[in-house]
Amino acid sequence: MSITLLEAQSISKRFGGIQALAEVSLTIRKGEIYGLIGPNGAGKTSFFNVLTGAYTPDGGEFVFAGSELPTGKPHEVVARGIARTFQNIRLFREMTALENVMAGHHLRSDSTLWGILLQNRHMREEERLITERAYEMLRYVGIERFANTLSRNLSYGDQRRLEIARALATEPQLLALDEPAAGMNATETAQLRTLIETIRHDGVTVLLIEHDVKLVMGLCDRVAVLDFGKKIAEDVPAVVQRDAAVIEAYLGGGHHAH
Amino acid sequence: MNELAEAIPYLGRHHPKAARALVLGLILLAPVLAASVGNTWVRVLDAALLYVMLALGLNLVVGFAGLLDLGYIAFYAVGAYTWAFLASPHIGVHLPFWAVLPLGAAFAALAGVLLGFPVLRLRGDYLAIVTLGFGEIVRIFMGNLSVTNGPQGINMLDSLSLFGWEISRGLQVTENFKINALVLFYYAFLLFVVGSVVVIRRLQFSRIGRGWAAIRDDELAAKAIGINTRNMKLLAFAMGATFGGVSGGLFGSFQGFVSPESFTLLESIAVLTMVVFGGMGNLGGVIVGAIALSLLPEVLRHIALPLQQALFGKVLLDPEVLRMLLLSLAMIFMMLLRPAGLLPANARYARAEYLHDKQEAA
Repeated sequence: MSITLLEAQSISKRFGGIQALAEVSLTIRKGEIYGLIGPNGAGKTSFFNVLTGAYTPDGGEFVFAGSELPTGKPHEVVARGIARTFQNIRLFREMTALENVMAGHHLRSDSTLWGILLQNRHMREEERLITERAYEMLRYVGIERFANTLSRNLSYGDQRRLEIARALATEPQLLALDEPAAGMNATETAQLRTLIETIRHDGVTVLLIEHDVKLVMGLCDRVAVLDFGKKIAEDVPAVVQRDAAVIEAYLGGGHHAH
Repeated sequence: MNELAEAIPYLGRHHPKAARALVLGLILLAPVLAASVGNTWVRVLDAALLYVMLALGLNLVVGFAGLLDLGYIAFYAVGAYTWAFLASPHIGVHLPFWAVLPLGAAFAALAGVLLGFPVLRLRGDYLAIVTLGFGEIVRIFMGNLSVTNGPQGINMLDSLSLFGWEISRGLQVTENFKINALVLFYYAFLLFVVGSVVVIRRLQFSRIGRGWAAIRDDELAAKAIGINTRNMKLLAFAMGATFGGVSGGLFGSFQGFVSPESFTLLESIAVLTMVVFGGMGNLGGVIVGAIALSLLPEVLRHIALPLQQALFGKVLLDPEVLRMLLLSLAMIFMMLLRPAGLLPANARYARAEYLHDKQEAA
């Protein structure tokens, strides 16, 4: 359980006058559900964007599965095994649920242009396999019955699930979820929780950014807390909950309305 | 073709077989019917097929990959000039079509990649402006270089020929029955159009087609699932340009003459209008759009000119003006009545035969 999967080493990121991340270091172990929490504007999503290559950090580096991660190249980060979802759902709107997941297989398929133009055996076989796997993935997250529905017509909760299915289609080692429970009702949140536990059980490490403190505390093995771009705590939920600095960040200090 | 058949009101829904037969029959017999009215109309049909190919190629870039290209006609020019250089007395080279067309396509694809590189980071309006500039640059070069004969262009281009038989001479079937060259061109172009549709459909139902659609729908999310957006965009430009290059070569062989004035911005806009009018992303729609918007102005020309003569005794509105007027009107009415195009896109990117629930997918 205690093999290190991802190590963030002194990650810094500045946007103009705002220090979004100040030397944030943290370690995610293989097979755990790791929570990253903090008040609004604490730098959670910035951390996410730097990790997944959407932004280049000003300082620091990530070591993933034993070697350094490329920065600023999202598609290479995914290829290394880190998949993500977005805080504001970003699906391919004009494609069906099934096609969204099939697009997620892009990375793990290798039909060439000539193979496609000539429709060679490898290409046809791969295409059939991708379709089958996409169905399986939709079944896995529980929305197989909407396979041929345009993704924009899915309900909110199902869109969230589809986004997770699409991310899983890239066959990640680490699945990074950016506020997956945002806007969900209690039932949907409970179902999401079950899904995340299943995903972890099936061998994928999960990094969870979440506003819903109750969900994080109940679900995560370990939690890190960010405040004003700095890591102020990192431990099992029970300890973090009682941490004075964390309570200060969430409840008082006059900085936030939380 | 099935999409076209389904689109026929009533018949398409209730008698799909009859609708398909009707469409197929129309496609095959169109030049014969047109020839009975006059050869001008066969010529118009031939040109319409070239527009269909152009629109199909542009649809790949705009409709699938979501990259707004206003300089698409430049690739048509590249194909046409390739034909002019390699199959005319201009520099005395007469290569056969099966050598010139692939070369023209390759040059056009290269031009597509050259255009693609600097615009990789651009989207929407900005992309449109740069591609528009690219189209104009190509045209102005062709009009000012001495190797291209400047604005005079290059003439006496070879026609399509196979084993020494030139299509422009027509086909003498029996003593007193000869198939007109224009009719032969129609069937030759039809073969190329069918080939284009096959190629495009294969791309559409593949990881490449899904990659393009993903970039179109959400570029950031496409990157986040590991799509190399740079390569996929360059591929879209190159593939789109290829179709432009082939149809440009065919245009050269058909016209026997190329000059810069065939490749103006207005032509780029006309092709884009055909794509948007028919229904971006939907092959059937794009084909209908291209046919409608290349035939209608000709019909109008043949009605409007005599009508103006009769009414006013002179021509007040030039046919070219009428054509632009028609394109504009088509866009306005489309936006009001069918904002998503004549046949709105419900383009799919997964092969129907592998789907579980075929009923729903159809």
